[in-house]
Order: sequence, then structure tokens, then C-alpha cells
Amino acid sequence: MPVVTYLAAIGAAQKEAMEEDDRVILMGEDVRSNLYGTAPNFVELFGADRVINTPISEASVAGMGVGAAMTGLRPIVDLTYASFMYLAFDQLINQAAKSRYMSGGQAKIPVVYRASMFYGSSTAAHHSDRPYPMLMNVPGLKILAPACPHDAKGLLRTAVRTDDPVVIFEDATLWMQKEELPDIEFFVPFGEARIVCEGTDVTIVAIAGSVRHALSAVAQLAEEGVSTELIDPRCLVPLDRDAILNSVGKTGRLVVVDPANRTCSAASEISAIVVEEAFSCLRAGICRVTTPDVHIPFSPPMEKPLYPTKDKIVAAVREVLTPL
Amino acid sequence: MTQSVTLEKSRLIEIQRRMLRIRKFEEAVKRLVSRGELPGAVHTSIGQEAEVVGSCMALADGDYITGNHRSHGHPIGKGAPLNRLMAELLGKQTGICKGKGGSMHLADFDRGSLGESGVVGSAIPVATGAALSCKKLRSRRIVLCFFGDGAAGQGVLYECLNMAAVWSLPIIFLCENNQYASLTPLREVTKEPRISKRAAGFGVAGVAIENGQDVLNVYDAVSEAADRARGGIGPTLVEVLTYRYSDHSEGLRHSGAHRDSGEMEFWRRRDPILLFASRLQEEGMANSNELDALAIEVQTEVQEALRFAMQSPFPNAEDAFSDLYSEPIPLSH
Repeated sequence: MPVVTYLAAIGAAQKEAMEEDDRVILMGEDVRSNLYGTAPNFVELFGADRVINTPISEASVAGMGVGAAMTGLRPIVDLTYASFMYLAFDQLINQAAKSRYMSGGQAKIPVVYRASMFYGSSTAAHHSDRPYPMLMNVPGLKILAPACPHDAKGLLRTAVRTDDPVVIFEDATLWMQKEELPDIEFFVPFGEARIVCEGTDVTIVAIAGSVRHALSAVAQLAEEGVSTELIDPRCLVPLDRDAILNSVGKTGRLVVVDPANRTCSAASEISAIVVEEAFSCLRAGICRVTTPDVHIPFSPPMEKPLYPTKDKIVAAVREVLTPL
Repeated sequence: MTQSVTLEKSRLIEIQRRMLRIRKFEEAVKRLVSRGELPGAVHTSIGQEAEVVGSCMALADGDYITGNHRSHGHPIGKGAPLNRLMAELLGKQTGICKGKGGSMHLADFDRGSLGESGVVGSAIPVATGAALSCKKLRSRRIVLCFFGDGAAGQGVLYECLNMAAVWSLPIIFLCENNQYASLTPLREVTKEPRISKRAAGFGVAGVAIENGQDVLNVYDAVSEAADRARGGIGPTLVEVLTYRYSDHSEGLRHSGAHRDSGEMEFWRRRDPILLFASRLQEEGMANSNELDALAIEVQTEVQEALRFAMQSPFPNAEDAFSDLYSEPIPLSH
């Protein structure tokens, strides 16, 4: 089985999707030159006609994805940095998310938006956001946050075949992470969480790049005799509530790890669901490990301590394990 | 230049029929609003029928249109049947959008009407994307993108003019310049009020129709733009000078306060439907009896649409949860 990086897995998924279906086009800034590494040799493979370099016009490019999808294409729109998608929020929210609904189901909108979250590398606040919770608040979109090469590839393949707008938040802190992937074509279904490891004492739900830190925490906790179940939702809308509720039903303890800002984060929503639907199972309060509600500063000594880390996750698990 | 001279009598009558449909449909809607029988905000395009119908009639049936909150005229101009449009305005289950869109957001995909955006200018990128699709799929279809002088203040228009130009997309950007953004006169917020002049900066052909109340003027300009689009030459920005008679929105009761004195009378003397009726008679295409019969025919159509809409059931509360996704996902509520 080939060993593939997260970044190469995205490229492989795009290549397979474009080979499979002539209606799939890739559009965005610098896609022809493969600036971000997810479209290697695409112009030679698919022709400039299907690999479209756009001007820096995020709002219109995002909206064109909607119009093209309504009328027979299946566009993949590369918005590059997730913070840049704010320019396109009118089109993402008022057009992509609402057009099917507002037309009473007449519009079919098979468009995929890709955006990378480049936090943790001193790019400061205009390049470092993790804005998926904002769009989780918008009905009509499907929201993905893959945390490993397997899911980056398999979810993107499913996204391109989906007849609804999908927004994929890729985690650039994972770009170079490697994994052996199946030789054969595979798809990861939406709405099915990945149970990263099973355990009985405590549940950790971790999102995107924080899954890696949670896995390190699980190993350390195992040495201390704590059995941890780690769940990666990977698809935030639709969310696999059952996987989370079943796990909490078993362990009675929950830590949610989310690299987004704390207020109204994915962690907030997951915590609320568990409190509403599994309160009687809880043997301790829920603990969230998130990025605090500040902007991302440039200087490394200020930036690095802001995000969830293995140590913060271990501390949170110890807290929920402390007898009341 | 003047493709309208080759129009057969039946097409000329169809132009008048569609203008009358918009007028009488919206007059009926205004009555419903005044009686409190129609929920939500309503924006009519009475007075603007020539730019809507003249441009839609220059398209083929399979071509696409997008529009804005002043949304009734566009699908009617494109040939959409009235029953489901009226039912939509009344919020009925049989509405063209099943009661989820309403007056500002009509869409009839069977007629190429891809939707009307309540957010000013927001449909312009969608239209441009549809044009990209027409080109990539070599469908020979083109796109007509309606927007008002108000939307000329939105940045996406200029992003899209640029992309449509560089990729020679088959699209017509049609500026319905009725001279007011809600109550704000264009001249108050714009130094150069001739919107079509901006096309040149993007390498796009720009055309201004000064007499936009003459439906054949519009038809001719848009026919030429359609030929350019279908022929692969690229986009055109057509600006049509026109005027709306009613308030920005029904019930605002601001009519007149923001307008120059004598302005309304000036434009009403150039009413598009009266102008075209005279022309049809002058050219021997229709006599007054035929035109009266046409008006009665359209009035009957509108009455039938009202009857259909009134008799249709309202949606159920749980219908609010359908049509969100192609495959429903579990929602907690």
C-alpha cells in the first residue's frame, strides 16, 4: 500500500474525481501552477479548460461555483486560506447554502469548496483562522474537517459526488502527515465518525489537527492506566451524534478538543448535544480544550501556547476523572 | 442592428402579451397587498416591462436568467406560467418554490429562471458561473443577468465583468437602471451615472438604451448581445434606462417624496405597454379590437392564477424541514 501525505491525498482525490467525471472542474488562485501542491500536473492531465486560474476575486469565484453547479458542472473551488473565505461569505451563505432551499428544491448544487487552515506557523491573524464553527451555523452546507490522509482523500471523493454544497476545512498542520492508503479506490461516507481508538474510562472527541495531539494524550494516559476512547467526527455537518452519545454512554466522561476559538465552537455544540441527550450518563462535567477567544498573534512565543496540546488534553482528562 | 424588423406578428403579439402579464399580475398583487392578503415585502416592476420582456424575448427557451428582489417580472418575461408564481406569492404549497421563496425569490428552473436574489447584486456571480458552465459544456446556451442601478455599487459586478471578459463567457449583464436604489437617486451616490461606460474598463462591450421604454429598442440591443454571447465573442453590458411607477416596496408610502416633480408624468407618457400598442396599430400588426381581446385574455389568465393560488393549500409546518439537502440529514428541533 502506498504511503501518502495528507496533501498528496487531497491531490490524489482531486485527480481521481476529475478522471471519473468530465463535469468536474478545478478553479481557484494558482491552481495551474500547483502553488499549494494539490494539483500536480493537472494542466497536462486534464487541460487548461478544466483547471481554471482565477483572479483574486473570492466572492465571485465562490458564487460562480454555485451557478456552474446549478447548470451541469461539478466544480471544486479552491479558496486556499480559510481566512480568505470571509470575502465569499455572502455567496457561501446566501447563494450556496440557500439556493436549493429557497427554490423549493429546484436547484441542485454539487459544488465543493476547499480551504486550508494554516494556523501554528506565524502567519498571524489574517491567515490563521479555523472558521468551521461559523459555517456549522448555516443550514444547507455540509462541513468536513479531515484529520488524516485517509479521510482527506475519502471525504473529498464523497464530496465531489454529493449533490449539495460541501465545505472542506483542511488542516495545514497535517499536510506532511503520512499514512498507508489502500491501493483501491475508496470513499468515506458523510456523517460517520472515526473511532480512532476504543476505551472505557473517558471519551475524547477531537477535531482536525487536534486529533493528533489527542492521540499522544491517549498514549500517555494509557501508561497511567486510563482507558480512553478517541472519536474524530471528521464530518461536522452532518454530525455523527450517535457515535459520540454511545461512547459517552459507555464512559460517562467527555473532553472535547477543538482548535477553533472557544465561543460557539464545534466543541460547544458537541457539549450541548451531550448535555441535552445524555445528561444522565455523565459522571462528571464536560471539559472543552479549545483556542481562547483571541486573534492569532504573529510572534511564536505568543502563538504556540494558544492551541490545544497533548498536555492540555491530559490535564482536561485528569479533571473529568477527578471524583466529584 | 435591428433584428426586430424580422419579427413575425405572432412574436410581436407575444411581446405585448408578456408585458401585459407582468402589468396585470402585479396590479393584482398590489390589490392583494392593500387588502392585507399577501404576506411579506413586495416589489413591483410596473413601468419596467419593456426592459424585462424586450430582453427575455431576445433569448432562446433554454437560456438562463437571474434577477433580484424585484422578481416577478423576470420569470414572467421568460415565459413562466402564472399559476405557481402567484401561489408562491401567497405562500402556498403549490408555489413554484413550495412557499419557501415568496415574492422576492421566484425561480422557475424549467424556464431557465435560476433564481432571484434578495441580496442586491448577489446573483451576479451565480449568473457568471452559469455562463462558465454553458461554455465548458458547449451547450450553446447563454445567460441574461438582470441587476439594478443599485447593484452597480456592488464589487462582485466588477469581479464578474472581468472574469466574463477574460474567458469570453456567454453572458449579458443587463442593468435595469430605474434611477433609484430604494429611495436613493443614482446621481446622489454615483459620479458617473452611465453604468454602461464602466464596461470599457474591463474590455467588455457596453451599450446604453436611452429609450428603454421602447421594447423593440431593448430587443434589438439584447439580440445583438445574445449573438455576441452565442458566437463566443463574449459578454456585453447593456444598460436600459427605465422607470418604476410604484414605491420601492409596496406600502412604503414614500411615492413621490424622493422624485423630481413632473418626473412621473414624463415617464408615464412613455408607458411601454401603451407605446407598443400604438406601434402595433400603426404598423398594422394589430387593431384595437385585437389588442382589447389580448388584454382580456391576459386578465383571465391572471384571474385563473389568483383562483389557483387562493384555492391551494398552505404548506404544513413540517414542510419547513424539506428541500434543505438533496438527501435529508437528521436535524434536532
